[in-house]
Amino acid sequence: MSTRQSTQTTPGAESALSPGERAPDFNLARSPDDSLSLGDLRGQPVVLVFYPADWSPVCGGQLALYNEILEEFQRFDARLLGISVDGVWCHKAFAEDKNLEFDLLSDFEPKGEVAGAYGVYRDSDGVTERALFVIDGDGVIRWSTVSPIDVDPGADGILAALEGLPEQEATR
Amino acid sequence: MNASSLATIDETDHTQGPDDAPVTLIEYGDFECPLCGQAYSIVERLRRDYGDDLRFAFRHLPLNKVHPHAAQAAQAAEAAGAQDAFWAMHAALFEHQRALEYEDLKGYAEDLALDTERFARELDERVYNKRVQVDLRGGVRAGANGTPTFFINGVRHDGDFDFDTLSQAITKAGA
Repeated sequence: MSTRQSTQTTPGAESALSPGERAPDFNLARSPDDSLSLGDLRGQPVVLVFYPADWSPVCGGQLALYNEILEEFQRFDARLLGISVDGVWCHKAFAEDKNLEFDLLSDFEPKGEVAGAYGVYRDSDGVTERALFVIDGDGVIRWSTVSPIDVDPGADGILAALEGLPEQEATR
Repeated sequence: MNASSLATIDETDHTQGPDDAPVTLIEYGDFECPLCGQAYSIVERLRRDYGDDLRFAFRHLPLNKVHPHAAQAAQAAEAAGAQDAFWAMHAALFEHQRALEYEDLKGYAEDLALDTERFARELDERVYNKRVQVDLRGGVRAGANGTPTFFINGVRHDGDFDFDTLSQAITKAGA
């Protein structure tokens, strides 16, 4: 039974990169003194969670839920990464407040560059779409979705996409 | 077990209202979540308004990393449920969301005249931990996306959960 009926009419969904396309590489700050490159994560699935802003109520729910079920993602050896245009100090305070146990990346300077590369930057208000990408161990996008900005997409689509990855990706 | 199914309410579910009600409202909730506390009084009002036209089921979605008392509170509701007092404990927990320490939970069990020895033992042994986790995982797979998440006749309710919005959605679904 699908409850995801609301995603297809979202403005911005058309520009988002689609399954089968190569995931653009990036190097973003994950803390005030450390960064992370997508390319370094080859060999394991990656879940990119673009969200509009730290602290907004819906984001808190979405990220808090993912945080609660990290084990479910780890069953697939998947690495979950949050991305927004917030700066590293904002991310740090937010992650500490919510006890988040996964990395939040700062798409801060140049602002929204990575979101733009994935086709999920909103020029109108200067934040990213609420978008999810599941990338396989070879760096290819296998599933993506863009939700209306005020609708929390939940985790079911991510888990279904991870389940659908070829065995060698899922268990490597 | 069907605790994750949105289409099927089964004997593992806690429900209020008749099984043949035209509308089933499922809430995935967390006893320490303030929004769920607001939702509690809204659902009470909806149940009064719709009477036999509404069946309500509550399933656990404790976000324990944000709400450190949520998982044990959920287990306390189940432990009370094992003594036929799930809904009474559900009410006690939502009415005292800021007092969910172990001793508080035992106090509510005492207030409800439960077998407190059994209640405490089951909490200590985390007897209902798995039951709560099954709800949580099932809810996530079904599309629950934070607390509270409502499903009306199996469809996730993405709008606000104030009384008017929920009430309109329930009426539209056939109640």
